[in-house]
Amino acid sequence: MHRTGALYGQFKTLEQQKDTATLGMWIFLVTEVMFFGGIMLAYTINRHTYFHAFAMGSNTLSLGLGGFNTVVLLASSFTMAMAVWASQTSRKQLITLFLGLTILLGFVFFGVKYVEYAQKFHHHLVPGKNFDIFYCVNNPSKCEDIDAADMAKEREELEVAAKADPDLNAHAQLYYSAYFGMTGLHALHMVIGAGLLFWLLKESVAGKFNAEWNNPVDIVGLYWHFVDIVWIYLFPLLYLIDRHK
Amino acid sequence: MSEHEHTEHIVSPGTYLAIILTLLALTGITVFAAFVDLGRFNIVVALLIATVKATLVVLIFMHAKYAPERTKLVIIAGVFWLALLLFMTLSDYASRVDYRGVRYPMTQIISQATLRRG
Repeated sequence: MHRTGALYGQFKTLEQQKDTATLGMWIFLVTEVMFFGGIMLAYTINRHTYFHAFAMGSNTLSLGLGGFNTVVLLASSFTMAMAVWASQTSRKQLITLFLGLTILLGFVFFGVKYVEYAQKFHHHLVPGKNFDIFYCVNNPSKCEDIDAADMAKEREELEVAAKADPDLNAHAQLYYSAYFGMTGLHALHMVIGAGLLFWLLKESVAGKFNAEWNNPVDIVGLYWHFVDIVWIYLFPLLYLIDRHK
Repeated sequence: MSEHEHTEHIVSPGTYLAIILTLLALTGITVFAAFVDLGRFNIVVALLIATVKATLVVLIFMHAKYAPERTKLVIIAGVFWLALLLFMTLSDYASRVDYRGVRYPMTQIISQATLRRG
């Protein structure tokens, strides 16, 4: 393709080139909004119908781990924004530094997610044959990571919820299907984002990005921030349903 | 190229820093608010705070504030379309009455059927 410096032949100016790329990316992001929007809508209807089970499921998530991951992801959005700034001002070493930090924070997020998922497997909270919302209160010796006070609270909440909803286990399974579906799709987007970031890192080490040519950094940045926005909604929807008891 | 200078708006690191600190503070507030019993308004407060956070990310981190009008139009169209999806589906569920004249939600019927079986 004909190219003069950073400017591809089909564009008149760098500004037009940048605006075109940004517009295209936003159109893609709108399709992503509808994708996650539909899932959140299905979640909302189920949450409304089976509120007791959803509240119960939400209270079995670790607020500490979820909150920590929210901070990590917001911080990664900040370092991503700084990488865009560094590329717009041609600070080549800073681009690499901030991209590296963004990847690092992304992997911290994956690590915490691994710990959370593993916990759910141990507690029999993964939808399927062995799903049992009562597993930990019936087998306290198998769930030693839950301290006595939390266990007593969970037992109490489960009793109330089971009275309000005779099919609590099935409906709690629905909550956990939503939890794994939504956080899993979010994590899949992050894996794709991390792959793109590694590519940007390689390019930035090769010194490809500067004030004239930084569209890839900007566009991947848009994607990364969008994934952050999805989490901004997932955190209150999944972790904070019914904490005030 | 002299008459076509690149006029990209560059957001300063100070602005990014102010935004990330605001986002972190709002995260703290949303966790705090979840522990206050507001009845059915807990979810409203949680979603309002999330929407403020998302708006800050879109406007500043994603540079929508400095984007050309046509890009803003795409963003607004996206949000509008999402609002249509949510509003029309939820108003259907909120006002639905089935052939037996029973209103949504179905929980009660399901529970009764389960009780009868058991």
